[in-house]
Amino acid sequence: MTPSTTAPRGPLGDRVFRRLSVSAGVTVLVALAAVAVFLVFRALPAFTSAQNEIGVGGDNGEGEGFLSYVLPLLFGTVWAALIALLIAMPVAVGVALFITQYASKRIASALGYGIDLLAAIPSVVYGLWGIFVLAPVLARNVYPWLGDNLGFLPFFSGTTSTSGRTMMTAAVVLAIMILPIISAISREVFTQTPALHKEAALALGATRWEMIRMTVLPYGRSGVIAASMLGLGRALGETMAVALILSPADVISLKLLTNQNPNTIAANIALQFPESTGLEVNTLIATGLVLFAATFVVNAMARRVAGGEVND
Amino acid sequence: MIRTKRFTALAVVASLAFAACGGDDNEADAPASEDTTADTTADTVPAGGVSGTLIGAGASSQKAAMQAWQAGFQAANPDATVEYDPIGSGGGREQFLAGGTSFAGSDAYLKDEEWEASKDRCAGDLGAINLPHYVSPIAVAYNLPGVDELRLSTAALAGIFAGEITEWTDPMIADENPGVELPDLAINPVHRSDESGTSKNFTEYLGKVEPDVWTFGAIEVWPEVGGEGAQGTSGVVAAIGAGEGSIGYADASQIGDLGAAVIQVGDNWTAYSPEAAARSVDASNRIEGRTEFDFGFSLDRTTTEAGVYPITLVSYHIVCLEYETQEEVDLVKAFMRYVGSAEGQAAAAEAAGSAPISAELTAQLETAIDMITVAG
Amino acid sequence: MDTATQPAGLIRPLSRSVLPVLVVVALVAAGAFSFAVAGSINIPIVIVVGGVVNLALTYVVSRRAEGHRRAVDRTATSVITTLMVAALVPLLSVLWTALSRGTARFDLELFTETMRSVVGEGGGAKHAIIGTAIITGLASLMAVPIGTFTGIYLVEYSRGGRLARVTTSMVDVMTGIPSIVAGLFAYALFSLIQGPGARSGFAGSVALALLMTPIVVRSTQEMLRLVPNELREASYALGVPKWRTITKVVIPTAVAGLLTGVSLSIARVIGETAPLLVAAGLAQDTNLNPFSGRMTSLPVMSYYGYAAPGFPPEADYERGWSAALLLIVLVLVIFTVSRILARVLRPKGLR
Repeated sequence: MTPSTTAPRGPLGDRVFRRLSVSAGVTVLVALAAVAVFLVFRALPAFTSAQNEIGVGGDNGEGEGFLSYVLPLLFGTVWAALIALLIAMPVAVGVALFITQYASKRIASALGYGIDLLAAIPSVVYGLWGIFVLAPVLARNVYPWLGDNLGFLPFFSGTTSTSGRTMMTAAVVLAIMILPIISAISREVFTQTPALHKEAALALGATRWEMIRMTVLPYGRSGVIAASMLGLGRALGETMAVALILSPADVISLKLLTNQNPNTIAANIALQFPESTGLEVNTLIATGLVLFAATFVVNAMARRVAGGEVND
Repeated sequence: MIRTKRFTALAVVASLAFAACGGDDNEADAPASEDTTADTTADTVPAGGVSGTLIGAGASSQKAAMQAWQAGFQAANPDATVEYDPIGSGGGREQFLAGGTSFAGSDAYLKDEEWEASKDRCAGDLGAINLPHYVSPIAVAYNLPGVDELRLSTAALAGIFAGEITEWTDPMIADENPGVELPDLAINPVHRSDESGTSKNFTEYLGKVEPDVWTFGAIEVWPEVGGEGAQGTSGVVAAIGAGEGSIGYADASQIGDLGAAVIQVGDNWTAYSPEAAARSVDASNRIEGRTEFDFGFSLDRTTTEAGVYPITLVSYHIVCLEYETQEEVDLVKAFMRYVGSAEGQAAAAEAAGSAPISAELTAQLETAIDMITVAG
Repeated sequence: MDTATQPAGLIRPLSRSVLPVLVVVALVAAGAFSFAVAGSINIPIVIVVGGVVNLALTYVVSRRAEGHRRAVDRTATSVITTLMVAALVPLLSVLWTALSRGTARFDLELFTETMRSVVGEGGGAKHAIIGTAIITGLASLMAVPIGTFTGIYLVEYSRGGRLARVTTSMVDVMTGIPSIVAGLFAYALFSLIQGPGARSGFAGSVALALLMTPIVVRSTQEMLRLVPNELREASYALGVPKWRTITKVVIPTAVAGLLTGVSLSIARVIGETAPLLVAAGLAQDTNLNPFSGRMTSLPVMSYYGYAAPGFPPEADYERGWSAALLLIVLVLVIFTVSRILARVLRPKGLR
């Protein structure tokens, strides 16, 4: 705290404000703790019950055990989110750079508005758009070609889906959904690059790209990574769009173009929860707990990649 | 708020039905005149209709029908409101048993342990009963341009969905369809990716008729036999429509322009129809070990009778035989009576394409509904 | 753009008429490639291959005329422009889909009618509009102050202490709560308080607030961190207390970013279906009381229009798409308001 407060209302105002801030932080912790307690409490039976009873939707309590139930789902969740991030991140950074460094002010504002709009579209609409528009287009024009010509790569091998409800389609839709989150924050960060730095770079004769590489990107790196983490969080937890689009199966597979895809945890909960009872519900909530843990790990890794800059 | 002529007619019919139930049983000529219990209803249902809010939750398969039932019921009872959360059968049963709702909608009757639990949930010790109010044929829809009629034997059907028959030109299919030019396409079997009563009914059928081919039994989540998964009835229909050579199962009212396979039943070939589906309920036996007022059905999938369509989904309303308050009893009785009546069934048939239950069954269900009382 | 940012070089710049020629050449080459490989003009292939060929050509031509650095700069410009266009394609396609399917029922009745006692055609979304406003409004009332203050705490007050570290990682974990789990939690919580089967608009708000808060915290954190420390120090040097510095200097400087974060977080939750179905339920009529009784929102209405339509399904599909379109329009309005607010609140000195 700053000692230089001589105004009469200063100290009081400071104390109140500080307390408000701290209690907000504590509220977040309490809320999360409550969710965690709820999850653990409801998930516990899935870990403590006889493992051969664990399974969802099977015939009369024949199960495979929690671990083998959750592994394909965990794989699918991370796989889909990673591909989505791989697609979205460069595009989002490109968009943010275009808007902040290339476009004129008026065009920039309109484009920013348009990209923000992508975030405004409800996930149900993305799901429906994925089914009715994107999947058929990709299935007709792109997937057969990829399958025929790049089928030697593990990602594009296997029988190509005719309806296009594949991991690739789901990941593309996820990428579109997280694009505005990443680009909006990146944009703000890039805008804040000190003009002095930029002008110095240009004055030294740098081309625009060199200026971006030397000033804008380093300055915005932490922000871009933080934004990507937010995007990744959304991709990991996205429920409805994946549930609508993906043709799931109980497999672990790198293939992106078939109709046998590992499902994601969130989508699986949404798909199976309504008709589940008893231990099945516990099992599904336990998979939710695993998603929690996965998010935590992914974030920790991203933090390390960012070189600890994301937090101070 | 009455917006369509169709709806006006419905409302009039519905209010007639209520006049019949609520007041003088001699005066109205409602078709549901198997009503022999006017003495019990007369003192529980006020003449001007019931009032209050009735809350239910459960199967989403009933959602469209429920919309019609809500409309018809609320038109006859302007002070009453029915709310229904289509959260799924499992959730519906669980919330009903927890006491959160007055009735549950469910694609399956109460399991034995749930029935035991219902004795605690309901007032008194009679427990809950299953009322089969929504019957709907499950069509086997296909996308084969130029093929107007497709016959599938039980063995072919099970083989396709078990992933053993993979080409449309397979002799198992071709032999039953002489004169039909089957395309040289791979079969893409489409199934539900969400847990659903439709899957359970369909797989129960497959397991009963071809236990050697479909070895997975009655399941809600698809086993590892390949095929494409799609969410919900709409998703399955869209997926079938998207790829030539696809085939899948879906609520018959929703398949739109897709062709529907004619199914082998014994030595006969039967196309789906609401009547044929309703007949399959009449041809089946009630489950045992419950009260005499319980109408849980164990559907006879292996029937060989002509004109019966055995791939049928029966969705229940689960209600208590005894409730705590008179208001709840009045609402439940009035609503269930309307839903099970010929009018209610006709409204559902029009709004959701379901199969109206037979008049005998309506009469039987009414005797059960009449037994609902306040505990004590 | 303006040439002022281009450094004056001694090299002869590329003539403006060269680049379009390159595009045409690239497209022709791509068409030929598509014909050779796929046997027909496959539009996605033409676009992708054409783009790559164009990039390569631009680089080569520019390098010969202007040298390596200029060539890289041109290539970077092309890549970034391409990425921008690539991002706009799905936007336009989604909007077109929603518009072409949603306008059929985008009429007055949509705003004045509810779904009470409606079978088949007719009916409207009045109850869902009100429900969305109440549920999202209450969620924002909870999440925005808590999230913003948490962000302020993390950036302005904490000195990397343990509480701050724990809070930061917990916020990260919160971003991973699947929306349906948030709904289940809210439902379980209110079942404890109000008895089994309790559903209310407020329970839905709590679920949405759980999803909103981490977004608000993270964007607040990022935006506050961008405020140059010189500004804070200058303020302290003038004897301004810390809280006045935060409210009068730090927040106004970052206000545009903060509002963007808030409007993004609202956009994130306003279209949520799964948690609201579990926590807020489905009602056919208007319910103004968030603490009792079920409440329908626009995404729930839209989802059920698709997932459980009547027979024939068209009336439900059309209502569903109209509800979705309305939702998009609503978020557009929120974005517009936040932009205007940002412009009004941004201190004059900044831009």
